[in-house]
Amino acid sequence: MSYATTTPSDGGGLLSRSRSVAKPGFNRWMVPPAALCIHLCIGQAYALSVFNLPMTKLIGITAAAPDDWKLTELGWIFSIAIFVLGASAAIFGRWVEEGGPRRAMFTAGLCWAAGFFISAIGVYVHNLWIVYLGYGVFGGIGLGLGYISPVSTLIKWFPDRPGMATGMAIMGFGGGAMIASPLSVFLMKQFSTPTHVGVQEAFIGLGLVYLAFMWVGAAIVRVPPPGWAPEGYTPPVKAQKLVTKNDVFVYDALKTPQFWLIWAVLCLNVTAGIGVLGQASAMTQEMFPGRVTPVAAAGFVGLLSLFNMGGRFFWASISDFIGRKWTYFCFFVLGTALYAIVPWTGTIGSITGFVLCFLIIISMYGGGFATVPAYLRDMFGTRYVGAIHGWLITAWSAAGVFGPVLVNYIRQFQIDNGVAKAQAYNTTMYIMAGLLVVGFFCNLAVKAVHERFHMTSDVEEAQASVAVVGEPAGV
Amino acid sequence: MTNSTNGAAGLQLALAWGFVGIPLLWGVTQTIINATALFH
Repeated sequence: MSYATTTPSDGGGLLSRSRSVAKPGFNRWMVPPAALCIHLCIGQAYALSVFNLPMTKLIGITAAAPDDWKLTELGWIFSIAIFVLGASAAIFGRWVEEGGPRRAMFTAGLCWAAGFFISAIGVYVHNLWIVYLGYGVFGGIGLGLGYISPVSTLIKWFPDRPGMATGMAIMGFGGGAMIASPLSVFLMKQFSTPTHVGVQEAFIGLGLVYLAFMWVGAAIVRVPPPGWAPEGYTPPVKAQKLVTKNDVFVYDALKTPQFWLIWAVLCLNVTAGIGVLGQASAMTQEMFPGRVTPVAAAGFVGLLSLFNMGGRFFWASISDFIGRKWTYFCFFVLGTALYAIVPWTGTIGSITGFVLCFLIIISMYGGGFATVPAYLRDMFGTRYVGAIHGWLITAWSAAGVFGPVLVNYIRQFQIDNGVAKAQAYNTTMYIMAGLLVVGFFCNLAVKAVHERFHMTSDVEEAQASVAVVGEPAGV
Repeated sequence: MTNSTNGAAGLQLALAWGFVGIPLLWGVTQTIINATALFH
């Protein structure tokens, strides 16, 4: 690998960008584990539901007492966290981009762990508002900062394979739940007694483990020096229509139709998947009554998590070869076809067909998350990709509301109108297919960003003087 | 910088990947064990 000889200095502290510039000899493959340290921890958010039932029995212990929290009240913890995730990623995106990954990862670890510690206090004093503040607000900020913190760094270290690099990190977010779920059950079991369910101790344990893990990530992450490029890598000489060589300033990117088209693409792709993820267990049991047991349904949910995680790496890596637009083209065409087939698998009673359809759908749900940072990089350049990605994450927050609402309310509407439970999801599946058709057209409309949005060298210098010192130039 | 890693750098790389890989592998194994119930 080739390095420039200058080492920038912004006079910052241990967490500053300039102090995290890689020295000669640094192996860029150290960066994905640093990113995984963050994403494997914050991926716990997908496993929060393992605490739901125990938290409804904090007073009654063996069964819910009248003063115990209700499931509906507990559901807000996740909703607040996902909302704050989107908001904080948008608000702090530029701060993350300009301050470098180490400061962002360190702060994300602090907020994420604080979320658990404050929630433990909330459980101890049995005050749900403290849990909302802890996990929802502090944890949500940790989620937002943590999610975007390693993305642009990975893109800069892997200009030759940006999709694969970000796919690896974002795969960790999918995998985090697989670790958190059994770990949380283990911790609660260790601390539970006949008079105590062990939730607050489990929260404290998780907070400590995550704090240590995320700070290790912050310690080993490095940014490439100015002018760095992988050895033997030469940027494509032939101009590619949908891969820019220019940078777009974060707030200018928000003025482009491309940003909002990609926002819609992500939102629609996520909406189609997220509603199913939340209802997978109930859906299988209701569509195949008497044939799928609760234990088997839990196994199905586990398989979905596995494909959600694997899809992130697989599809993002594929996108390096076929291009981002074509990758989303696959998601929307294949997704539409599969959602249209699902009701038919229920009619003929094919559990295998049903499972296969959803495994592929969920792999594309994960793939959508993992491919989008590279899509943004192709459209807006590397310089502010982290900050732009932060704004794009609001699409996830929006989908987090639309998806479950669509699945839950349409199902209930169908049942209220006398439709059998086994067929109650059919309309939802067709609506999901329709959403993906809309997504297909949004993706189709994505064209190269107009050159009037490109940063000129004067603007870049002005931005650099107030913001990034030691930013890699044209990596 | 070259891609050739000396012993210390190789060990550092192995430790970093082990640090994240082992918990992830454990989580994946647990998930697969639970998922087998679907096929029983």
